[in-house]
Amino acid sequence: MAVSGLIMVGYLILHMYGNLRAFEGPDAFDEYAHHLRTFGEPMLPHEGLLWFVRVVLLAAVLVHAYAAITLWRRNKKAAGYVGGKRYQTKQNRTGIQRSYASFTMRWGGVTIALFIVFHILNLTTNDIHPGGASDSPYLKLHHSFEHFWVLAAYTVAMLAVGFHLWHGFWSAFTTLGQNYSAKRRDSFWNSAAILVSVVITAGFLAPPFAIYFFGLGG
Amino acid sequence: MNITVRVWRQKNADDKGRMVTYGVENVSEHMSFLEMLDVLNEQLTLSGDDPIAFDHDCREGICGMCGVVINGIAHGPEVTTTCQLHMRSFEDGAVIDVEPWRAGAFPVVKDLVVDRSAFDRIIQAGGYISAPTGSAPDAHAVPVPKDDADHAFDAATCIGCGACVAACPNGSAMLFTSAKITHLGLLPQGQPERESRVIGMVEQHDHEGFGGCTNIGECTSACPKGIPLDTIAQLNRDLLGALAHGKA
Repeated sequence: MAVSGLIMVGYLILHMYGNLRAFEGPDAFDEYAHHLRTFGEPMLPHEGLLWFVRVVLLAAVLVHAYAAITLWRRNKKAAGYVGGKRYQTKQNRTGIQRSYASFTMRWGGVTIALFIVFHILNLTTNDIHPGGASDSPYLKLHHSFEHFWVLAAYTVAMLAVGFHLWHGFWSAFTTLGQNYSAKRRDSFWNSAAILVSVVITAGFLAPPFAIYFFGLGG
Repeated sequence: MNITVRVWRQKNADDKGRMVTYGVENVSEHMSFLEMLDVLNEQLTLSGDDPIAFDHDCREGICGMCGVVINGIAHGPEVTTTCQLHMRSFEDGAVIDVEPWRAGAFPVVKDLVVDRSAFDRIIQAGGYISAPTGSAPDAHAVPVPKDDADHAFDAATCIGCGACVAACPNGSAMLFTSAKITHLGLLPQGQPERESRVIGMVEQHDHEGFGGCTNIGECTSACPKGIPLDTIAQLNRDLLGALAHGKA
């Protein structure tokens, strides 16, 4: 879970960097997208880097999902449920200190997976093209985010990513043996997780919001 | 004070079990939680009912024998064992839910008593040092850095009550296992078996049917001894090291 998750976090940071190029205008954004495809030529084939990244990411997603489902099933059995509930009491159902983020790891992860399917159909293959299809990455983006429902869907998904990373990023480093603090809130990796989740959520939401509310780039 | 307790009653391992409501009157706020259960059991005995079975021994908070889930929290609202929890922690007229530890690896034996022998088997899988000890060596014969000694001692205070498992939403015993790994792994005497210990104990932990840790942190909050969460990171560190050295 930890290693595959961190691979995806690394990708998200690069992806976010690319998205933020939208603020430099249509030409810079489309050029960046084009360069991703010609990166490393002639040493790499056309779209070589892109396909390498796609294969690594797909592997990471599959490993992450497989590990999550295995853990989910194992833990459900281990928790000792009695008639669908673990404890019969109605008090303290949310535990002593656990965070909203930790409750939403599993279904939040499923939400994010479904979103990624929508996202690829929307902005990669452009099969879903509210506002009209286009070959220009910038126009794909622009046409989509002029619609409120698209903006809303991406906002929900990015908040889910933020919560997922808030728990997940800290958790990954603990799994890798890197937490040296007795309490979670004192941990360096907890602060790092908050930073990463806030930066990634805000960084991904900035271009869509700028397009919808301020008509970025006309 | 007068209170109402709803207790999990289960005749034996095969019985389905259910919550049963009892009223307990004239409870002193200075009573421990277990003394309140003693009073209730006297009532039940006098009225010809079967008293509630619960585990207890030292009643000083040091043996790890007692432990029930009170209002959904292992050992109840205070950071201590059930025997050291006092009735003054509850309001007069409170309705208190009392349930056994829940975990696949801790089957209910009767009422509030669960079988925790899985913990013994985890300890048997490496939670010890096999050096012959003899008489105590001079205190300064083997220097131990102060930080390591403090940290090892914090981890060594684990009494094996099982609250971490009862509190963990995954039914994982990672805090219990990591407390022993940290305790022995930080001291010179623990070094020769450090890698085989972590491999053996984690294997046994999984074999017993405990869940996998997802770093939620409920264990350390429920722990009456406050075993810190970084012991789990220490276990992971030792485990990764041992696996890298091909000790599996």
